[in-house]
Amino acid sequence: MRRHVIEMVHAAGSGHPGGSLSSADIVTALFFEVMEHSPELESSQDRDHFILSKGHAAPVYYAALAESGYFPVEELITLRQLHSRLQGHPSRVKTPGVEMSTGSLGQGLSVANGLALALRSQGLGRTVYCLCGDGEMAEGQVWEAAMFASHYHLDNVIAIVDRNGLQIDGRTEDVMALEPLGDKWRAFGWNVLFMDGNDMWQVLETLEEARRHKGSPTVIIARTVKGKGVSFMENNVGFHGKAPNDKEYEQAMRELGGSA
Amino acid sequence: MESQRKNYGKALVELGRTRKDVVVLDADLSGSTRTAEFGKTFPDRFFNCGIAEQNMMGTAAGLAVGGMTVFASTFAVFATGRAYDQVRQSIAYPDLDVKIVASHAGITVGGDGASHQTMEDIALMNAIPNMTVIVPADGPETYRAVLAVAEARGPAYIRMGRSDVPIITSKDDVFSIGKASTLREGNDVALVGVGQMVAPCLLAAEGLKAKGINARVINLSTIKPLDVETLEKAARDCGCVVTAEEHNIVSGVGTMVAAALAERYPTPMERVAMQDVFGQSGESDELMREYGLSEKEVIAAAIKVTERRK
Ligand SMILES: Cc1ncc(C[n+]2csc(CCOP(=O)(O)OP(=O)(O)O)c2C)c(N)n1
Ligand SMILES: [Mg+2]
Repeated sequence: MRRHVIEMVHAAGSGHPGGSLSSADIVTALFFEVMEHSPELESSQDRDHFILSKGHAAPVYYAALAESGYFPVEELITLRQLHSRLQGHPSRVKTPGVEMSTGSLGQGLSVANGLALALRSQGLGRTVYCLCGDGEMAEGQVWEAAMFASHYHLDNVIAIVDRNGLQIDGRTEDVMALEPLGDKWRAFGWNVLFMDGNDMWQVLETLEEARRHKGSPTVIIARTVKGKGVSFMENNVGFHGKAPNDKEYEQAMRELGGSA
Repeated sequence: MESQRKNYGKALVELGRTRKDVVVLDADLSGSTRTAEFGKTFPDRFFNCGIAEQNMMGTAAGLAVGGMTVFASTFAVFATGRAYDQVRQSIAYPDLDVKIVASHAGITVGGDGASHQTMEDIALMNAIPNMTVIVPADGPETYRAVLAVAEARGPAYIRMGRSDVPIITSKDDVFSIGKASTLREGNDVALVGVGQMVAPCLLAAEGLKAKGINARVINLSTIKPLDVETLEKAARDCGCVVTAEEHNIVSGVGTMVAAALAERYPTPMERVAMQDVFGQSGESDELMREYGLSEKEVIAAAIKVTERRK
């Protein structure tokens, strides 16, 4: 998955590696273990759903969709090219498997709530997973949605916050402090779980615990490393939205155990 | 070639030196909008609001109520879309001194795709009373426009692109709000360009000359208030008009020019603009060609409209 991300962003010459790499383990766990979904089920509501609220992490989302069979893996390197189905930010109308068009931060959780309500009213015991950024938590709409979900007891919504500690202008705690983040969600009536979002076993266990929880929505605050897996991208705000050059690309691929 | 936002950054620092009442807000995009330089130079008068554009606009309003002149910046799609109601209710209605200077407008955003390519920001800002709307054509004009809105009272919106654009105005030009400038004389057709479309209009004029058509080129850098005198004169002198903008054709600048001329001096027109569709990812220049926003379409429109010339 991480190699796909690096390859796509390098081929495009632009895009967002940092937040794709930090959430790669979470997205992998969801698409290949936790969620029941498949290209054949796409037109049915009777499956689990995923909304990428932090839409700039599109590369890792596309990697998961391609490896799940929604479109050919070879198509991944067309990211951001003219006429490609793989837009810089997810597009529901262009890309097979993409549940919702996103890119404007702060809007995904509201959509997840609406979708969860629709599923509940159709008697479908399905879960909606919504992946958010930590910088994204500054958007007021996130907290409007947080209030809504607990008011309507949407225990079929699981929000995951990619707590990599960085946004574009620097550390989240310097730009707009979030802590104590767990207390905030708790005060809004959510079941709050924590995990190391780059530890696959913890990710799987915590997602399972979240799914079992009933009566209120669950948020998982996932401690992660932005740029995880590529030494010079790790915790480096400069690689939020910048592609690696040819030399960096080769090094990144080597570090990820592949060849350039 | 240089970017408009680079000039915005420079102008802000200059303003910071001369005007103690100038404060700057950003929403986690200070590197992109180039407000970061002001932030470094005047940390006491710079406030990063985080990814919270609506709150930023409301805060800007409060600072203005408190007597400051406020510059608030983010990408154009968020400044005008996400925070539209805050701009309308808290900035424009109370007629406050907030200058919204937004970057990454239009299709030239490129790879980020349609979610980030606002083609309706001019329409939105234009529709709000009290709002001055400015779309500079290049870097130097951006610099002058920023200084000009700082001098003027009341809310203003300045639209900037992401990419580098050719320099077509000169440092010695004077920017006066509400005044269009004529960059090239001619009496066969008037090409009215907006923002990044002014340079293609100049190229088109050269192309048309080879075909024996002498085009006037107007840089319509203030959209509101609209310079109807210059437009009417162009219509009378040339007998036909082409507008060109990197914006949706619906409620775009072409619409406003057509409405103004319809009342004063009805004139055959063609409008080069985005044809009411969302954009997509791609390189800036590729996208400009893909959506018919290049010199080629300006030339075609000019030839077509001269056939209907008064
Ligand atoms: C409403 C909105 N404002 C601004 C942006 C520009 N932007 C894109 S990514 C980003 C930073 C996101 O930081 P975070 O949520 O922490 O994501 P991550 O670190 O996981 O990449 C910003 C400000 C946006 N996409 N949407
Ligand atoms: Mg982050």
